[in-house]
Amino acid sequence: MSGCSTIDRREFMCVAAGCAAAAMGSCSDLTHSAFFRDHLRELTKTQLDELVGELESEYSERFGREVEVGTTGPMKGVELAYALDLSRCVGCRRCVYACVEENNQSRDPQVHWIRVLEMDNERGIDFEHADAYYDAEQVPEPDKFYLPVACQQCRNPACVKTCPTGATWQEPDGITVIDYDWCIGCRCCVSACPYGARHFNWSEPELPAEELNPKTHILGNRPRTKGVVEKCTFCIHRTREGRYPACVEACPVGARKFGDLHDPDGEIRHIFENKRVFVLKAELNTRPRFYYFYGA
Amino acid sequence: MLSNVSLRTRRILLAQSLCGLLLAACGESYANSAISEVVSAAPVSEAHEAGPDQQTLEVGPPPFSEDIFPCTDCHDPELEVRGKKRELKFEHTDIELTHAEENRWCLDCHDGADRDMLHLANGDVIPFEESYRLCGQCHGDKLRDWRNGVHGRRVGFWNGAKSYLLCVNCHNAHSPQFPALEPEPAPFRPVRTP
Repeated sequence: MSGCSTIDRREFMCVAAGCAAAAMGSCSDLTHSAFFRDHLRELTKTQLDELVGELESEYSERFGREVEVGTTGPMKGVELAYALDLSRCVGCRRCVYACVEENNQSRDPQVHWIRVLEMDNERGIDFEHADAYYDAEQVPEPDKFYLPVACQQCRNPACVKTCPTGATWQEPDGITVIDYDWCIGCRCCVSACPYGARHFNWSEPELPAEELNPKTHILGNRPRTKGVVEKCTFCIHRTREGRYPACVEACPVGARKFGDLHDPDGEIRHIFENKRVFVLKAELNTRPRFYYFYGA
Repeated sequence: MLSNVSLRTRRILLAQSLCGLLLAACGESYANSAISEVVSAAPVSEAHEAGPDQQTLEVGPPPFSEDIFPCTDCHDPELEVRGKKRELKFEHTDIELTHAEENRWCLDCHDGADRDMLHLANGDVIPFEESYRLCGQCHGDKLRDWRNGVHGRRVGFWNGAKSYLLCVNCHNAHSPQFPALEPEPAPFRPVRTP
């Protein structure tokens, strides 16, 4: 690296880009600016618009239909939070597949942002003995309860701390997001997350064009590539426009609640003030914005 | 092949990571970044403001079985009301009452005088659209949670208009236990390749 000491990053990147371009050979469809651009948070409005335009045309061409890549920012003074009623959840996994469809996860290899854990009433919450692969004919099964886990949107996120490239960060509204173009696929965050909430694309994600959700967000459900990490973003493309996340609307028992932590009349605050609320692995001091409660 | 190359290229560009470390260190400097530009909160809709504290709420229509309503199509108002609890042998035989059935039967909730209505314990006659008031007479805690958006499913906007379902959209009033569901398929177990 000593040779680099006299050149700045941009020059170095240009040299590196030259080598990389040679190495890439047949990769002509890789958008140049998506690959060699600055960090997403360093882009000016013009650069961001330009990038969005490129991404939209790239995706539209790849999937043969119009794809929208949104950049809606966080709402002022809003801190998004989630609450899940463990006394209601029946473990039907409707949320899992609603999430997959909404957020353009790979169908094969399968990527699920939500994992529903089946647990024994007798043991209580015990991750060692939890089963995510239960295959009952009907749920809930007697003597079992169900605990869905996805990204807990921690205030003190281990994943962000461990990321060597700054490809993941916490937004002002509390959502931890990933810049897929800056993720180098090192998977440090995957192992750092105590909730198993981050998922790696081990091979090229398979997403049939007719199943694509064309409404995407640059920090959320836009199509991913092989070699990057992804996770729940509270449906950033929906919730930043005020809508409920897809899993909330899909839950047939109404176990999933969502809203602004700062809204004194909101659902989340009502739950805080009236229910028994807890977070997973509180002892790790991750301070999640995803709460569990017993509503009954 | 494409992705293999791109992954490798990413490694070549490890220099990026080093810059990334610096970026992470000065995370606060992004206050003015375009991507995190703060937008004004969407206006809270009237539906939310009027919201949960009101006596009655805007809710969807009750889930009547086909051709069952209005009840007066069959129940002629001129006919005498037989107010005695009995087993129904000719009509409504499909109804299985498992909802405090020892103490209750049809006319404890359905109004005998106005067949198209329900009535509360105090005698107030209410339409089927307000059946949650009837349920809330016993299940007051659930009614309170439901009004506050905590019991039951909501669809719409967390900061604005949202649709409420009636109790009877999810719970059969005559046998209210939520039915068991067939779960969606289990995820594939990861396979270790040799």
